[in-house]
Amino acid sequence: MKSYFPEKILPYLLVAPSIIIIIVFLVYPFGQAIWGSLLRGGVWGATTRFVGIRNYVELFTSPDYLWTLGRTFVFATFATLGGMAFSLGLAVLLNQKIKGRIFFRTAVIWPYALSPVIAGVLWALLFDPSSGLFTYLANVLFGMELNWRTNGTLAFVIITVAAAWKNIGYNVVFFLAGLQNVPQQVLESAEVDGASSFQRFWRISIPLISPTIFFLLIMNYLYAFFRTFGLVDVATQGGPGKSTEILTYKLYQDAFVFFDGGSANAQSVLLFVFIVGFTYLQFRYAQRGVFYGG
Amino acid sequence: MGVSRAKWQLFKRFALYVTIVVAIIIVCFPLIYALVMSTRDLQGTFRYPPDLMPGNSILSTYSQAWNTVNLGRLMLNSGIVAVTTSIVKITLAMLAAFAIVFFDFKWKNIAFGATFLTQLLPVPVKIVPTFELMKTFGWVDSYYALTFPYFATATGTFLFRQFFMSVPEDLVDAARVDGCRPMKFLKDILIPLSWNNIGALFLVEFVYMWNRYLWPLVVTESESMRVSQIGIKMLMTTGSINKWNIIMAGAIIVLLPPLVVLLFLQKTFIEGFVMRTGK
Repeated sequence: MKSYFPEKILPYLLVAPSIIIIIVFLVYPFGQAIWGSLLRGGVWGATTRFVGIRNYVELFTSPDYLWTLGRTFVFATFATLGGMAFSLGLAVLLNQKIKGRIFFRTAVIWPYALSPVIAGVLWALLFDPSSGLFTYLANVLFGMELNWRTNGTLAFVIITVAAAWKNIGYNVVFFLAGLQNVPQQVLESAEVDGASSFQRFWRISIPLISPTIFFLLIMNYLYAFFRTFGLVDVATQGGPGKSTEILTYKLYQDAFVFFDGGSANAQSVLLFVFIVGFTYLQFRYAQRGVFYGG
Repeated sequence: MGVSRAKWQLFKRFALYVTIVVAIIIVCFPLIYALVMSTRDLQGTFRYPPDLMPGNSILSTYSQAWNTVNLGRLMLNSGIVAVTTSIVKITLAMLAAFAIVFFDFKWKNIAFGATFLTQLLPVPVKIVPTFELMKTFGWVDSYYALTFPYFATATGTFLFRQFFMSVPEDLVDAARVDGCRPMKFLKDILIPLSWNNIGALFLVEFVYMWNRYLWPLVVTESESMRVSQIGIKMLMTTGSINKWNIIMAGAIIVLLPPLVVLLFLQKTFIEGFVMRTGK
């Protein structure tokens, strides 16, 4: 039987600050967002009209929004899978018995401190149409003319790579922790039984770190969906055309450039639905793994 | 056979180190290139074909980056916001977790569940009404708007709860038998045991807050309330061409504080956060 302190009032006082912040700055505004998503012209204009689910209907019948939705999923998927594959490779390398491991680890996890905005400007420089190093190399090696200001696909590739690159630090740290929890005896006895290092990796390490893989999958998707606005805003502003317009960028534009509060609120609520979806997957499939430790 | 096997092993070691070094160069390259750029004069940023030779304008680029967008002020704002928010978040999370683990009260599960709403309700999910709320409070363009909406944290509460639950029962019993008051128990026993968690959380929250961009963009108007991330955007948009040397100098200045915090708290971060949340 767990023993508790006997105070009756104190625990309420201790949780009160957190709860008040959550109600005032999270729950209440979110309730307003739901309500606002059913209105037209109200949030920023003078007259408010109740329009039911019309904002949602308009979003789902607008090719613009559907393209942005699809684009965001593709962006998030490539950034997540690419970034995670590269990071796992790095983590495996750093998990070997090597000298100077702490130094190497630091050299790889530092992008954790990096902001999406800075990631955006660094990659915009590398691909600068006139003087960028990668633009030059592509030209010399493959005879390609790279100009992301006119080439939407290239712009999309750049923000995807930048987003994946920025998250390497985060991914490597968690992969390394996962790999270090793989019991050494299991790996050694497999080696004695003649398993190659490739087999040991696929048959032993990967299954044992699958909770980490799943955890990172969700975290990377959430990151790509919700924390990459700055990257897009400094590097491409959604362009050229709309080729790098992701959901948060469109939301910002509709809310604070075009002042379409009703649509912006509806987009917010839909973003919430995605978060709930990701979080559900995390609890449903990763529960055993993600929260067993500590 | 023995010799060639030894040679093979040696070759494998060598290949491993080469691969690691190449991989690290790939990861670090964009930053190295940015460092090189930040040392050149404007003419030098157009050099064709591009190369990695540093220039000798380092003082002038960094001082220009610092002065054109009043980066000192923006860094100060980011620092105030990041440090305040980190400290408040850690405090609130610790108090909530303390209540949830060491007291028996009716709403404890609801209270713990409620903190997870912070995961579910990030800024974009409620951005217009939160901005409206700031207007109602008269908080637009103030530190209040930049900090208050971030004070509650699921990660922190979860982390402290996990840690507090691992505190030996005997310790709690002994404290109670000795008539130790709860707040004294928190202050004299739990906090001294929690420094690893506190350090790790400080890193996570500091980096997170320092790197905020969308919300500060929405909720600040005057130049003096802007934060450092917005400073980089301002450097990108001043003038008709991108002055890459100055933009890169600005980016490196802005990257430094979270990088320093990461370097100092790296070990704590891995032991106190990664090992506890991601397993």
